Parts: sequence; structure tokens; C-alpha cells
Amino acid sequence: MNILTIAARELRSLFLSPLSWAVLAVTQAFVAYAFLVKLEFFLQLKPYLPGLAGAPGLTAIVVAPAFKAAAMVMLLAAPLVTMRLVSEERRSGTLSLLLSAPITMTEIVLGKFLGVMGYFAIVVLAITLTPLSLLAGGSLDVGLLGSSFIGLLLLIASFAAAGLFMSTLTAHPPVAAISTFGLLLLLWNMDWAGTGASEGVRPLFSYIGVTSHFNALLQGVVDSADLIYSLIVIATFLVLAIRRLDSMRLGH
Amino acid sequence: MVEQSLVEVANLHRRYGDVHAVQGLNFQLRRGEVLGFLGPNGAGKTTTMQMICGVLAPSAGMVRIGGVDLLEDPIEAKRQLGYLPEQPPLYRELTVDEYLRYCANLRGLKNKPATTAMEEAKERCGLLGNGGRVIGHLSKGYQQRVGIAQAILHRPAVVVLDEPTVGLDPIQIREIRELMSELGNEHGVILSTHILPEVQAVCDRVQILHEGRLVLDEDLAQLSKSQRPRSTRVKLRRPPSRKVLSGLAGVGRVESLDADTLRLHHADDEGLGERIVAAAVAGDWGLYELVSESRSLEEIFVELTLGEGRARDEQEPQSQA
Repeated sequence: MNILTIAARELRSLFLSPLSWAVLAVTQAFVAYAFLVKLEFFLQLKPYLPGLAGAPGLTAIVVAPAFKAAAMVMLLAAPLVTMRLVSEERRSGTLSLLLSAPITMTEIVLGKFLGVMGYFAIVVLAITLTPLSLLAGGSLDVGLLGSSFIGLLLLIASFAAAGLFMSTLTAHPPVAAISTFGLLLLLWNMDWAGTGASEGVRPLFSYIGVTSHFNALLQGVVDSADLIYSLIVIATFLVLAIRRLDSMRLGH
Repeated sequence: MVEQSLVEVANLHRRYGDVHAVQGLNFQLRRGEVLGFLGPNGAGKTTTMQMICGVLAPSAGMVRIGGVDLLEDPIEAKRQLGYLPEQPPLYRELTVDEYLRYCANLRGLKNKPATTAMEEAKERCGLLGNGGRVIGHLSKGYQQRVGIAQAILHRPAVVVLDEPTVGLDPIQIREIRELMSELGNEHGVILSTHILPEVQAVCDRVQILHEGRLVLDEDLAQLSKSQRPRSTRVKLRRPPSRKVLSGLAGVGRVESLDADTLRLHHADDEGLGERIVAAAVAGDWGLYELVSESRSLEEIFVELTLGEGRARDEQEPQSQA
């Protein structure tokens, strides 16, 4: 119950901040741009598609790139949304309110995560609405759209958990933002480290990174391993955040 | 133990790296008591309050709130706490009502009881009619009131206020002091301040902290009793010779402050005032002012925190900082 209280406050504050609205608007605009470009591409391709065996459908050509574009925007925007989660409370002194209240650190962290995920869920829903408009004039592969939706949501949830942890490390929100961005870039491009490695090691690096798991879901492959990977990333950062908050009371 | 202490602090230590900010504090707060924490900046007041409220973990020692150990069962102990930090913990983007409801929910009050508690706290802090206003748009004084409202919202047994009257105008200060005395009737209150008259106005007991140690812990009533007047200041239009004055029973040294003001030092003031007045009337000295001077809390404070003997020489003006 305390978790929901904190989450509701967090969500309310997010929607009272112009930054969150700007992120929502920019994401929407960029996804619309990617969507229209890909739609145009599909229309040019359309006459030749029936002749191809195993040709990609409307959803694969339009929806997956649109979701990829959304992921790119979120890579940049998520740190800006998550940067204030804890650092702002530290700076403005409101953290004392939470620390002196009869609640646990776990409740604080889960509440904050849930609150910011409420915001991101709205962002992802808004992104999903754009491809849904295709239903007006054509047919969609709803399964693929669904798995893309889950993929994007899990990806952003990993971003949010990482951002939340980074936000506990500093009292300066911009520092939290740039650190989160660096961490996300690293997770995003983890497979680079494997390019020079031997055949046996290469999959390891791409497995650690977030991209391969996200791409699988964008292709409509729902593998429980990919889902579990995201859940582990999320849980790791949340546990780190809880530990960090706990040790902050001991800090110097 | 007949009467259970609301707050019990034993052998409390806190180190920040090499700095030993709080060094072995021991004290108790009884129900219905207002305890004033005094001390120069950096004496460890805020650190101590943060440790009592669980915001900061002590390096060593024990804190009990209403008999519950804060370290062993923090949730149960914190239920009985209301805390106003030095900087009020306000979400500037929320309205007063949204904020107070959030605080009430955090303390386990939902729906109806939360609304009742909010209305009551707003009334006590003079915030009625401001519920819909955004906190960031309120003046400093009103923000401070919201901070206090948050601390007393859930009727905690212990209210801890860190410099609650900073930034308020004199009228607000008077209101907040009244509120604090009122709170002292049913809750236990710990407050820290730089303003000495505030302690005299609202506190039952005063503790002076200096360099992390308790240098004074006394009931205010006891304190004023033990600090009997040691001098009397008189203003006379036609002062007699000093010899006549020092001849009065009980008077020791006589000190001229200016043309018609004299200070009579004495050990005991038993009946001295009456004798001076009688002598003044008989001798037609033209007495128009007589003040019995007791050692003020300020002098005690300066003496304890600056070292013995220097207090008389270095009476600093009261800082309102």
C-alpha cells in the first residue's frame, strides 16, 4: 500500500513537470516520422511483395522500425525522466520525509520504480497507438505488435531501473542523467566488445547487452529467456538502489 | 520505571570521517515535555535529531522511541515520530492538500481518517483556506507552517522540530510558539533553536550542546531558581554617595554605570528591593527605576560554549540567524 502511495505521488509529480510532457511529445513526433517514412517504403514495395516467398508483411516492415526508433529516443530521454527520482529528493530535503516515515527502503524504491513505470507505460501505449491506426485501412499482425509492445516496455523498464539506481548515487540530477546515459549506451552496444573475440565468446557479449533481446521480441520471437533477462536486469538495479539507500544513512 | 520515557537516547555517537560530531549523548524525553536543544552552529543538534528520526544511522549507541528500539524495529518506532527537518521536506509542485494527504498516507492514515487529520493539522497551523494552493507559490512562513503541519499530522507521540521558527515574521513566530507549547501538553516535543528567548518562552527543559557533548541539561524552572539575581540596577535622580548605598544591609560592591544609574552587587536578594525603596524614599533620592538582574540563559549559554569566565566580557548580541 505504501508502494502505491509513493508511486502515485511520483506519477503526479512527473505529470506536473514540463520535462515529462516534452519527452512524451518528442517521442511521439519522432515515432510518427519513422512510421510515415516506413509506411511510404511499404507502399512502394507493395506491388512486388506478392511475388516474394515468405515476404515480410505490413507489421514487420512498418511497426518494428517504428518501435526501434522509439527505443532510440528513449535511450536519450529515459535518463532525463529518471534522473530526479532520488537525487532531487536528496537535494530538496524531501528524502528526510521518506526516511523518517514508517516505511522500508524497499517500499521507497519499488514505489518510485512503479511510479516512473506508470509514466513510461503511458509513453509506450501512445507509441503503440500510431501503428494501430493502420487497422483503419489494412490488417495487422496483432501478435507481432504485442511482442513488440512487450519488448519496448521491458527495455524501458530496464532503462528505468538503471536510471533509478544512478539517481541514488548523486544529489545532482544532471550527473545522474549523464551517468545513466553512459550506462545505457554501454548496455546497448555491449556486442561491440565481442567483435574481435573468438566465435565462442561473441554470443556472450551480445547476450549481456540489451539489443539482442529487444530485437528478438521485435521479430515476434517471444523467448522466456529474453523475458527473464530483462527481469534480472531490472531486479539487479532495484536491489542495488535499495542497498544504496540503506547505506546512505550510514554515509559521511 | 514508573513513567516511561518517550525518547530514550543512550551513549549516542556519530562520526563523519574524522569528525566526531556527536560524542556519547544520554538523555530522555518525558511525556508532556518540551525539550529545547541549544548550541552554536556545528554543535551536533541537527545530527542528533536526524539520528532520533532514523534519517541518519548512529555510529554507536541506542535510540528508543516510546520504548521501541529504532534500530531493531524502525517501522514501529517511526510510527510515533513526526519530524520537521531544518529544510522543510516539501514537494513544491504539489498543493498543500495533495502534499498533506501524501504524508498522511505514508503514515498509514487513509481516506476519512486522513481527511480528518489534515483538516485538524491545517487548522492548528493556520493553513485553513490554503489547501488548494501550490506549495512552491507560498511564502517562506507558510511553507514552514506546511512543514509543521506535516510533522503533527498523524498525532505522533514525539514531535521533533529542527529550528521551526526560522524565516518567520514576529507574529508568525508567536503563533508557532503557542502551537509548540500546546503540542507539549499531549506530545513530547524536541526542538532546536538559536533563539534563546524561544527556549525560555516554550521549553520545560533545556539542553545545551557543545562540540557534540551535553554541557547542560536542566529544567527551566530549576534553572531560574538556581540562578538567583546577583545584582540590582537602580536609577536615581539624586544619587547619594556610594558609601551610603554600600552601607545598606546585604549590598556588596557598588558600580556606577552612568550619571544616575548604579549597579548594586549582592549575594542574596532577600528583601533588598524593599530596603532600597525605603531608603530612597527616606533620603529623597528620586528613585525611578529598579531592576533585579538575574543571569540570563544567554549568559549561561555563552559561558558554557565559550569557556568559563569570558561570558561577562563577551556578551554577544542575540543572533536571530
